[in-house]
Amino acid sequence: MLHIYCPHCAEYRVETEFHAAGQAHIARPLDPEACSDQEWGEYLFFRKNPRGLHHELWVHAAGCRKFFNMTRDTQSYEIKEVYKVGEKPSVVDSPAQQKAMSMETVSEETVSGENMSGAQS
Amino acid sequence: MTQQNRLINGGRIDRSEPLTFTYNGKKYKGYKGDTLASAMLANGIDVVARSFKYSRPRGIVAAGAEEPNAVLQLGATEATQVPNVRATQQELFNGLVSASTNGWPSVDTDVMGMVGKVGGNMMPPGFYYKTFMFPESLWSTYESVIRKAAGIGRAPKEHDPDTYDTINQHCDVMVVGAGPAGLVAALTAARGGARVIIADEQNEFGGSLLNGTEQLDGKPADEWVQTIVEELNTYDDVMLLPRSTVNGYHDHNYLTIHERRTDHLADKAPVNQVRQRMHRVRAKWVVLATGAHERPLVYSNNDVPGCMITGAVSAYINRYGVVPGNDLVVMTTNDYGYQAALDWSDAGRKVVAIVDTRDVATGDLIEEARKRGLNIIPGSAVIEVQGAKRVTGVSVADLNADGTKIVGSVTKLKADTVATSGGWSPVIHLSCHTGSRPVWDDTVVGFLPGPTLQKQLTAGGVNGQYETEIVLQEGLDAGQKALAEVGLAAVDVVLPTVKTLKITAPMSLFHIPHLKPTSQAPKQFVDYQTDVTAAGIEIACREGFEAIEHVKRYTAMGFGTDQGKLGNINGMAVAAKALNKTIPETGTTVFRPNYTPIAFGAIIGRNSGALFEPERYTAMHKWHVEQGALFEDVGQWKRPWYYPQGNETMQQTLNRECLAVRNKVGILDASTLGKIDIQGKDAREFLGRVYSNAWAKLAIGKCRYGLMCGEDGMVFDDGVTACLGENHFLMTTTSGGAAHVYEWLEIYHQTEWPELEVYFNTVTDHWSTATITGPNSRKLLEELTDFDVTNDNFRYMDWKQITVAGVPARVFRISFTGELSFEINVQANYGMPVWEKLIEAGEKHGLTPYGTETMHVLRAEKGFIITGQDTDGSVHPYDLGMGWCVSNQKPFSYIGKRGMNRSDCVRKNRKQMVGLKTKDPMKVIPEGSQAVLDPKAPMPVPMEGHISSSYWSESLGHSIAMGFIKDGLEKMGDTVYYPMADGTVIEAEICSPIFFDPKGERQNV
Repeated sequence: MLHIYCPHCAEYRVETEFHAAGQAHIARPLDPEACSDQEWGEYLFFRKNPRGLHHELWVHAAGCRKFFNMTRDTQSYEIKEVYKVGEKPSVVDSPAQQKAMSMETVSEETVSGENMSGAQS
Repeated sequence: MTQQNRLINGGRIDRSEPLTFTYNGKKYKGYKGDTLASAMLANGIDVVARSFKYSRPRGIVAAGAEEPNAVLQLGATEATQVPNVRATQQELFNGLVSASTNGWPSVDTDVMGMVGKVGGNMMPPGFYYKTFMFPESLWSTYESVIRKAAGIGRAPKEHDPDTYDTINQHCDVMVVGAGPAGLVAALTAARGGARVIIADEQNEFGGSLLNGTEQLDGKPADEWVQTIVEELNTYDDVMLLPRSTVNGYHDHNYLTIHERRTDHLADKAPVNQVRQRMHRVRAKWVVLATGAHERPLVYSNNDVPGCMITGAVSAYINRYGVVPGNDLVVMTTNDYGYQAALDWSDAGRKVVAIVDTRDVATGDLIEEARKRGLNIIPGSAVIEVQGAKRVTGVSVADLNADGTKIVGSVTKLKADTVATSGGWSPVIHLSCHTGSRPVWDDTVVGFLPGPTLQKQLTAGGVNGQYETEIVLQEGLDAGQKALAEVGLAAVDVVLPTVKTLKITAPMSLFHIPHLKPTSQAPKQFVDYQTDVTAAGIEIACREGFEAIEHVKRYTAMGFGTDQGKLGNINGMAVAAKALNKTIPETGTTVFRPNYTPIAFGAIIGRNSGALFEPERYTAMHKWHVEQGALFEDVGQWKRPWYYPQGNETMQQTLNRECLAVRNKVGILDASTLGKIDIQGKDAREFLGRVYSNAWAKLAIGKCRYGLMCGEDGMVFDDGVTACLGENHFLMTTTSGGAAHVYEWLEIYHQTEWPELEVYFNTVTDHWSTATITGPNSRKLLEELTDFDVTNDNFRYMDWKQITVAGVPARVFRISFTGELSFEINVQANYGMPVWEKLIEAGEKHGLTPYGTETMHVLRAEKGFIITGQDTDGSVHPYDLGMGWCVSNQKPFSYIGKRGMNRSDCVRKNRKQMVGLKTKDPMKVIPEGSQAVLDPKAPMPVPMEGHISSSYWSESLGHSIAMGFIKDGLEKMGDTVYYPMADGTVIEAEICSPIFFDPKGERQNV
């Protein structure tokens, strides 16, 4: 039973108040119509499944109903940090690990980079 | 019956309070303060179980949670049956009824025992895999026989009459275990002002101190324990939990404690008391002071009743005043084993011999034994036990220096009890629960808690420390450390003085060799509960199972309800020897929650029966109940399903309700529809992005139906949204989908389009909705409002803020039946009075209440979908023939647009929704039926689609169905076939799904 700090409520609350909403920083492509089927499929379905550091989106469903991000170790369940949507994680894997990870996900060109960038097509 | 093994004096039992209990139908006596196990031993009960696989007689081995054999069934009545109770942990109460859980026809005369005696080699490890696998068709037959022969307790067949609780707790310091280390740690933390919880699985605090004769500050240890407990009781912020097993240590210092509040009082909890409680504790710091379990040694026939561990022998004598036999042989690899012999001789019974596997031992306990003239046999081992239902004698032989071989001749000694000690295994279970791997320590000869991410401290036996002086100091250190960690100052605690024993180093020995090779020697048991032998582990290693995890799974070692508390380390040692490795090289053994078995009742607490899941009622629920409605669960809602009258069958009710709506007027409680209030200057833009159709031009006062799709283009919800004001909308969702849709809107707003100014609020419960539908619905509404509700003034798909029955109401002229309809929304508090006014006024118009089932029939007659029934996550709007509900003119690429244009979504041969009219109008195709083009085609027959909705239509006089057919929209008029399970085939024609009023005229009048 995780003990989670909600960055909006600024309090530790019990895991049952929250829902995990999948991998964080999956930005919706700004021009979906310009995506090939493969690019769209990757945006839709392909997710990391790391052993170790993972950036996740959570929602304080039975609390403030706000979404936020969490950097969590999927092996030890240690929560390294929580941060608001639109912010960048401060705890990240080493560049080598990051590079290995990015090979598995959508290539840079097709996404807006960071969701919450405020940009809009 | 006399208690032949009971001492006249001593122990923590109350001889003035005799208790009667029943074991396997026979009555026995014990005393208050006994455990069921100590009372059984007092009465000379040797056989308490038949073993799992070989059906060998088994006796009590231990005195605590680690007991593998005395696992009994409790309960005086069917409803109070409790399986899996360790007799060593069950306090005796008057009238306790217990029974052994296996053995057929009884534990004393067991036919399966022949297998164990004669055919030991008939059941090697992996026996079941190898023997009962083929033919596969017979497995279920094998299984029932095997299960009957094995048996391991049973669940009650009746409802548990007792109440259970769950409680959330928070503390600074959680101390697990109230032995010497735990007590000092708790005392220190308490004196420092910390909020402390201290829990111990036993009925009294004191732990190992209660089992021995040790003195603290020159006084019996229990006096010191009492002083500490008294002081702890004076602190408001200290909670003492006896009879409470910390069963799980979960992430982020979250612990679950299983407290047995009344299990020691009676078969059933006293009135107004809960039987058990689950405490769910979030602790800032945790001190594990869980102690250690003694390891038995592995030797031939070491499972014959009378074979015990030395610590248990001492505990029964000192704590319960019970000597579990007459003539004792001790075998030990360490000094502590001698204590059992000293206690035994103090009790006035005969110590036949102390067999020490070490050549030389000179500690204080050994000197004491010498002084008393006890027969010490050094450098030797008990290699085999004689006896069947009780030990009758032992074979003793000289060991070589490293304990791997028998040298010299074998001596036979008469004895009825063999107590062995192979050293102690720290109780590291809890520290493993959060994923920490234990670490082997050669000095301790055992695993110690490994590195952990939890805020965890350990003290005493769990660290491999068994000298009271050190144990107390570690408790103090842990207490001070915990205080510092939670920001409190250190305190003064004076530790009691204890006598320091001179101790000789223990020998690292687990498996006693026999004259014969292990494979041919009489059985040497490693894990009693799962009947795993040393030979079995050797076979597993020989067959290629080298990792200890694989050995465990192949042999079932550690898979019993005791989780191998006694046997796991011995098993690893046997495997290590067979593989020519060290114990740490074979791997580690980890443990999972729960530490000991736990009642389901304690896990669910009060969340059973009516409280198992919340139920949601509409404001008109009471009326529905009074009208005799049957209810359907929709999400957590209880919705009226249909309202039978007199002796009507369900179908007769539906027919009556359907005709009433089509010919007169019906009323439906539609309050459960999800309602989301949406406001903000970008609300309209937002709707356009989450719905597939257009919202830019929806005028104030108008309603529109919308389809909601995922990014994959598949429909997941639908509903009508009304424009209440320029920047204000009310969205409705399906009854079961409201929460999901709400979160869906929020996630897109918060993470993708935060620049849109839009706000969502769930208002489902704020409104009550009465839908009146049918040709007479306008006449009915006119009776209750002054507003002009004629077609000229109140058009189809309009909504009006008017007064109905004197109450402000939002009335939506929308229709899910195809009839003239008004959905009357009032504040929930007015729901019932408005409903009653409608019923009253409706009488002369033939108003008939109808439920969800009639609603389903009526909408299916119109070909209206129900998301979740006619959609399954693989259906996009075009598949539903609902392209009219998709706008590709919108500038923004709404959710679902790109998805439904994927190559797979635009290909030919997709399953499309159509209507199906059976050739025999009376036949209703079962929902879920698969369509084929040729019912005579050889198997496997290609499947063309399936039925999603199917009903009898009384209005039309024939059956109707909606379903999916590959390219169905292009196959109007074609025939398809639905083969039934009984071999018959239903023939149907593909048609439009709109069976009733295809031009949609009735809703527009």
